[in-house]
Order: sequence, then structure tokens, then C-alpha cells
Amino acid sequence: MQFLSYLVNGVSLGSIYAVIALGYTMVYGIARMLNFAHGDIIMVGGYVAFIVMTDLGLPALAAILAAMLACTLLGILIERLAYRPLRAAPSLAVLITAIGVSYLLQNLALLIWGSAPRSFTSVVTLKPLRFFDGQLVITGEAVVSILVSAVIMVVLNLFVNKTKMGHAMQAVSEDRGAAQLMGINVNATITLTFAIGSGLAAVAGVLLCSAYPSLQPTTGAMPGIKAFTAAVFGGIGSIPGAMVGGVLLGIIEILGKAYISTQLADAIVFAVLIVVLLVRPTGLLGKKTNEKV
Amino acid sequence: MQALKKMDRSFRSNLVTYGMVLLAWLLVGLASSAGLISNSLQGQLVPICTYVVLAVSLNLTVGILGELSLGHAGFMSVGAFFGSVLWLCISGSVPGWLGLVLSMLLGGAVAGLFGLVIGIPVLRLQGDYLAIVTLAFGEIIKNIFNAVYLGIDSRGLHFSMSDSASLGLEAEGKVLINGAIGITGITKVSSFTAGVLLVLVTLFVVLNLVHSRAGRAIMSIRDNRIAAEATGINVTKYKLMAFITSAVFAGMAGVLYALNMSTVVAKKFDYNTSILVLVFVVLGGMGNIRGSIIAAAVLTVLPELLRSVADYRMLVYAVLLILMMIFTQSPQLLAARERLFGLVRRGKGPAGKKGEV
Repeated sequence: MQFLSYLVNGVSLGSIYAVIALGYTMVYGIARMLNFAHGDIIMVGGYVAFIVMTDLGLPALAAILAAMLACTLLGILIERLAYRPLRAAPSLAVLITAIGVSYLLQNLALLIWGSAPRSFTSVVTLKPLRFFDGQLVITGEAVVSILVSAVIMVVLNLFVNKTKMGHAMQAVSEDRGAAQLMGINVNATITLTFAIGSGLAAVAGVLLCSAYPSLQPTTGAMPGIKAFTAAVFGGIGSIPGAMVGGVLLGIIEILGKAYISTQLADAIVFAVLIVVLLVRPTGLLGKKTNEKV
Repeated sequence: MQALKKMDRSFRSNLVTYGMVLLAWLLVGLASSAGLISNSLQGQLVPICTYVVLAVSLNLTVGILGELSLGHAGFMSVGAFFGSVLWLCISGSVPGWLGLVLSMLLGGAVAGLFGLVIGIPVLRLQGDYLAIVTLAFGEIIKNIFNAVYLGIDSRGLHFSMSDSASLGLEAEGKVLINGAIGITGITKVSSFTAGVLLVLVTLFVVLNLVHSRAGRAIMSIRDNRIAAEATGINVTKYKLMAFITSAVFAGMAGVLYALNMSTVVAKKFDYNTSILVLVFVVLGGMGNIRGSIIAAAVLTVLPELLRSVADYRMLVYAVLLILMMIFTQSPQLLAARERLFGLVRRGKGPAGKKGEV
């Protein structure tokens, strides 16, 4: 029974990772860049929701919408100002810029909100579900996280495969030059990708802070790296891969924490990354691309 | 003068770099004996050398090899912990300078070993994996050193991951690493002269590597991996060579830093330290070793003088990183700059000077 409850916790944490990983994987697939600032957008989403709920006293739904709006705009702004000028630059330059953006967001948050952790009020009002005479308790946060991420995943998959915009995204990720020749607005497509990714990051931020209610300027950094690990695990660039990778990684982390060592749980997660890179660098569901000269 | 002219250009440029470091050492020595250096600056001298070594070694990975490492502080941490444990064990029985050298050798070697373990899986791949794996490595190392307890007594070394009591030490035993409290009771042995010597050794190795056949191979991988591979260069081998050299010197810098403190805690070597060193490298100019030295030295001293704006320091660094990249790497801006200044430059001076690097 103990094991089952760890498993549920793992899946619920994993589904939050999966939502974050979706943002990483979409941006990587389409803009071919590692958006280091993605984790910090989660943190911004958390703070915006916190302010709307606690300081302004508005309902949770308003907080989520405000966080999504703020993060979407932030994502578009970052892409516009920092990444777009470097679209044709070497990848090292883009990577360093992304780190600069991530660091900028963390330090701005530190100046605005201070380093003291805020305690986040959960947006979930669902009562914990009890099974087997209370031996297995599933928190409302866990249920909501799992449901929300499943819905996001299905909608996103439909969007990418069924709509015109989604087809444009696939085309840009396949071959940017050819897509442009077919009349696709590459810049607009990349901006859209950033907007979706950042909006999802806000959702992930609210879910994360509801489940683990301490909010700090560095809150997003660690889940960000772990979600990237999840994206690589599942196969970077693949939407179902991000979901599978996220859930598996969440399970590994919680089981590692429970059965091996609390302090080394993070180390175990990153060991997974190294093993995946050694054994199957394209990830579980990733497809191998051949390099053309 | 004639002999100087005959020398290879890169050799001459190296001499200027060494000379610069020696001159700084001489000037600081003179100013110090004349009492011109304040106490707070005196305390910054060894950290300056540490950061110079870190920046030069990171420049080897970022500027020369063209891969991003975000775990430089992790290698520093490995060096610091292994080096200070050795120093605590041997400090009674060997003279200070020998202890420092031995600790540095051990710290550097272990850091290099970690570089190898990380480098082998990651450097085979293309893409931005090294950045994320080194970032993860830095965090893992911090977590591990925060949780490790190590003690010594007459029966040898004892190791535990839970607390210092479970080490089961004898009465006269000594706790070397005390979890999150870290290593305490280090007798300071690093000095500015030792730091300058380490800087010179680092420069000697790095500059010679860069100007050697191996160095040219490394740079060719940075400039065009496919072309380099096609000319028969073993890409993984040369990538590993640069990355491990970089890790070794980061480890040695960690030892220098640790043996200048009385306590060493894992928290000091965090992500922020890695980013700080990256800022030095980027502002000094990627691939420009002399630039790294100057940037590291100036940016370590400057915050001491500008304490009033200390809160905004990291914010400014972040903005500088972004602006530096956009202004030096954006293809459109580079073309615009060429249009603006190219005409002026072509008007002046002989055309042949332009290609000089």
C-alpha cells in the first residue's frame, strides 16, 4: 500500500514535470534552442498567481488566468528581444543568452519579491480521496495535476496534428528554410511556440506551488532542469515523449527518495539523464535524424 | 630587438601575457610592502588568482572548444574538498608549500577524473547536452558534499552519509567533513605568490595547448565539426582533452581557494559561482585568454569598491551577458557594423592589417 501511494505521488509530480517538459520540447523542436529561462518562467507564473490570490484576494481561477497571460506575454517578449536577433547565430551564443535571461529573471524576482520563501495557498479545493479504509490517500492536488496534464497533452497533440498552425509548426521543425519557401511565417510560428510553452509553464508553476507550497526566486530552476531531463528521456522534440519521460522521471524521483536516500534523489534523477545519453541519446520516443552536410 | 622580431607571433603574445601577470605580482608586492593595499583588498588577492585560473580554464571549454560548461564550480568544489581533506591529514608532517602542491595535485587529478566520467557520455553527442549535464553535475556535487561525513582515527578513514555520530570514531579521532557544516579548522597555506604561480602554470599549459597541433584540432572542431571529422580528427578525443584540462585546473583553483579559508562549505560552490566565471569569460572575450585574466581580476576587485550597488551586481551581469551576445553574435548586427565601420577602416591604414587575430 505504501508503494502504491509513492507511485501515485510519483505520477502526480511526474505530470507536472511533463507539462514543463512540453514547453522545453516544443521550443527545442521548433526553434532548435534550449530555453534555459523556461524554469524561471514557472517561477514568475507562481508569483503572479500568488499576488492575484493572496494580495488581491481574487479567486483561484482568476489567478491561473492572470499567471497564464503574464507568462505568455513574458515568453513572447523574451523571444522577441533576446532570441530573435540571434536566430542565425551559433548555438553557443544562443545558449549563453538563454542563461543570461534565466539569470536575469531570477535576480529581478529577487529584487522585487525578496529571497524569503512565500507560502502558496493551494488552488485546489478538492478533498483528498481515501481508498482501502484510509490506507491510500490521494491528495486533491495529485488528482488535479494528473487530469490537467492529461488534458493538456491531448489538446496539444490535436492542435499540432489537426490544425493549420500545428502543421506549420511541424513544417518549421522539419526544415525551416523549406517551410519559409512554402509561405509559412517562420517568425510568427516560433513566437506562437514560445507563447504556448510559456503559457503551459504558468500552469505548471501553479500546480507545482500548490503541491509544494514554498515559493522563492529559485523555485523554478530545479524543476526546470529536471523537466529538461524528462524531455531528453522521452526524446526531445516529441510531445508524447515529454509526457512519458515526465511521468517516469517523477516516479523515479519519488521512489528514489522513499527507498534510497532523500538527499540523493536529485543525484539519482541526473544519473538517469547520463545513462539515457549513454545508451539511447535520442530518448525513448525520439527519432534519429541523419545529419546532412 | 631583432631576436624578438624573429620570434613566432603567438610566442610573443604569450610572453606579453606572462609578463602581465608577473608585473601585477611585482606591483602588488611593492604596493603591499609600502602599505598601500587595504586589508579588504589584501584578502581579495588569493580569490583573484582563483577566479583568474577558473576563467582561463573555462575559456578553454567555452572559447576554444566551443562547448558550454555550467558546472565549473562543481569541479572547483571537488578540488576544494579532496585537496583540503588531504591537507588536513598531512598538514602536521610536511612543510606548507609541499602540502599545498600535493593537495593541488590530488584536487586537480580528482576533478579531472570527474571531467572524464562526465565527458565520455556527453561529448560524443552533438547539441547542447554538455551545458545541462554539467549544470546537473554541479547540483549533484553540492548535494553530495552537503550530506557526506568523513572522519579519521588510528584505524583509518570513516565514511557516512547520515551524521557525524555514525562515523564511530575513536576518542582521539577527528571529523574531516561534517556534512552541511563542511570542512573546518584548515590552516591557511595559500598565498598570493602561490596563486600567481598557479596562474602561470595554468597559462603555460593552456597557451601551449592552444598553440599546439592538438589546440588547432580543438579549434577546428569548434569552427566546423563535420569538416574537422572529415579531415580525420578524432572529435571525441580532442573534446575530452580540452574539457578534462579545463576540469583539472578548476579543481586546482578550488584547492587554492579552500586552503585560503578556514572553513569550506559546499554551498559556496553553487550555480552562481559557475555563472560568475562564465561572465568573466564572456566579458573578457570568448577564446581570448588574456581577456579572461583581465575580466576576472577587474570584476573581482570592482564589486569591493562599489559596495553600494552590490544588490544589482548579478542583475547587471545577466543583462551584460545578453547584450554581449546580441551585439557580438547577431548576424544582422554584425553586418550593420561592417557597413558602418568597414568603410572608415578601409579608408585608413594598410589593408593587410585587418586579417590579424
